[in-house]
Amino acid sequence: MGSYFLRRLYHSFIVIFGITLIIFVITHMIGDPVSLLLSPEATQADREQFKHELGLDRPVHIQYLVFLKDAIRGNFGISFRHQRPALGLVIQHLPATLELTVAAMILSIVISIPLGVLASIKPGSFLDRAGMTFALFGQSAPVFWIGIMFILLFGVKLRWFPVSGRGGIEYLIMPAMTLALFSTAAQTRLTRSSMMDVLDKDFIRTARSKGLMERRVIMKHALKNALIPIITIVALQFGMMLSGAVITETIFAWPGVGRLAVNAIYNRDYPVIQAAVFVTSALFIFINLFVDVIYTKIDPRITYR
Amino acid sequence: MPIAGGIVFGLVILSAIFGPMLVPYGPGDQDFSRVLKPPFWQNGGEIKHPLGTDMMGRDIVSRLIHGARVSLFVGLVTVLFSCFIGTWLGMASGYMGGKIDSLIMRLTDIQLSMPYILIAIAIIGALGPSIKNIILVIAVTNWVGYARIIRGEVLTIRQMEFVEAAVVGGCSTLRILSLHILPNVANSITVLATLDLGRVIIFESAFSFLGLGVQPPTTSWGSMLADGRIYLTYAWWLATFPGLAIMFTVLGTNLLGDWLRDTLDPKRKRYVIL
Repeated sequence: MGSYFLRRLYHSFIVIFGITLIIFVITHMIGDPVSLLLSPEATQADREQFKHELGLDRPVHIQYLVFLKDAIRGNFGISFRHQRPALGLVIQHLPATLELTVAAMILSIVISIPLGVLASIKPGSFLDRAGMTFALFGQSAPVFWIGIMFILLFGVKLRWFPVSGRGGIEYLIMPAMTLALFSTAAQTRLTRSSMMDVLDKDFIRTARSKGLMERRVIMKHALKNALIPIITIVALQFGMMLSGAVITETIFAWPGVGRLAVNAIYNRDYPVIQAAVFVTSALFIFINLFVDVIYTKIDPRITYR
Repeated sequence: MPIAGGIVFGLVILSAIFGPMLVPYGPGDQDFSRVLKPPFWQNGGEIKHPLGTDMMGRDIVSRLIHGARVSLFVGLVTVLFSCFIGTWLGMASGYMGGKIDSLIMRLTDIQLSMPYILIAIAIIGALGPSIKNIILVIAVTNWVGYARIIRGEVLTIRQMEFVEAAVVGGCSTLRILSLHILPNVANSITVLATLDLGRVIIFESAFSFLGLGVQPPTTSWGSMLADGRIYLTYAWWLATFPGLAIMFTVLGTNLLGDWLRDTLDPKRKRYVIL
């Protein structure tokens, strides 16, 4: 376990290294911040001076090494637009994104796992059909459209919830439902199929034939064994939500990292883009590492070498 | 259900191919005397424009049908590209093992741990919005799923006797991959590609929605939705119908993919498409 963990940690560092390279390449393709930030009347000398201040006149590989060195120290530079450290800006917007993502995650787990389990117990029942139809539509509907439909229905027609911004729980409900929909659908289907696999197994028959209550068979014997693929997908979905929050945040004007990053892209504010992508990726890697550790706790059969 | 999926998807394809010849209005035909008309069943709607008109008096049905072309074209081409890249990298990774395998797998790790929507938006921001760039960006970020699954399959296949026989017989690696291994993963590729198509269509419409995809005057479902969002309080139909079109198309491909998987794959392996 110890050595496995170390190796995973090592791989994570390689991945983070690769990510810094990609971030660097992309942000340098985005374009010249000099012509964006200086007025068109600026003289050539002004431009050169400004380039020098930003370090943009140095060779590309040196720029990358400098970028890497600074990134390790958490220094992504000063936002061109906000005139504040980029990392600080991202961290300041992080709670909003986490609030939205965690709320959506909880919502989707609370709905999908019971629904999937109930559907698997009685395949072909009304609940099973209704649940699977919901899941099929949920996986097929574009998130941004669902968000707009929620706004139309609950915001404009019924006026139950505010349509944009962040505040109390009433602000959170619509964005969280929007963000949760796809994951809920995917997890419901996976829980159902994972449970059905397990319910076919001999040990379930044994458990039933020794007279255990059905409820105990389902909860203790079946669900516990069906959890591994479910946890895998939940973890992956969490990472996808961090990324998918970009669109949800844009629609609901939710002041999170995603919206910050999209605006930074429109403004060619690359310190902020770099910091936002880096923080989101690092979080995602951390979550996956954490999940790997959790596996061994849930299923002692899994040992890592 | 699978029949329904096939029918829905078939209808979308047919209307994309033949629809533009049948509808009376072009996607850009403006009629400022008929601006923001509701669908025909509402007060003020007319049968000439069954699903109403937009803020420039353009017919929604005609625009939806033209939009189907864009969505399907982008979807099919992108899937073809990412499927091609992913399959070959996955086969190489699984068959050759060693350094090449670790390199490709680390690449997929990196790709999977990045917030791909942000990355894609950043790349499009850099390259400029166009259909070509959309296809490029999605294909480049989307091959990972194929590579991983194909690699897993090849790991089992390469140990089979017919592969050993081919090696002993002196076949080149390229020949073994393309003639002996590829046919054995073809079913998986078909299923993956079908299930992926819906996802890519949603992606494209999301980009067009954010203004980073298909540019006017070309019509796309995503950009129609973005227009509709502005008029949400006055004209519900503008944002509703393009979304329904996307949802039913994707539903069709998903059902078709599920059916293909069950039919082509008797062992019922389960792919997790993300």
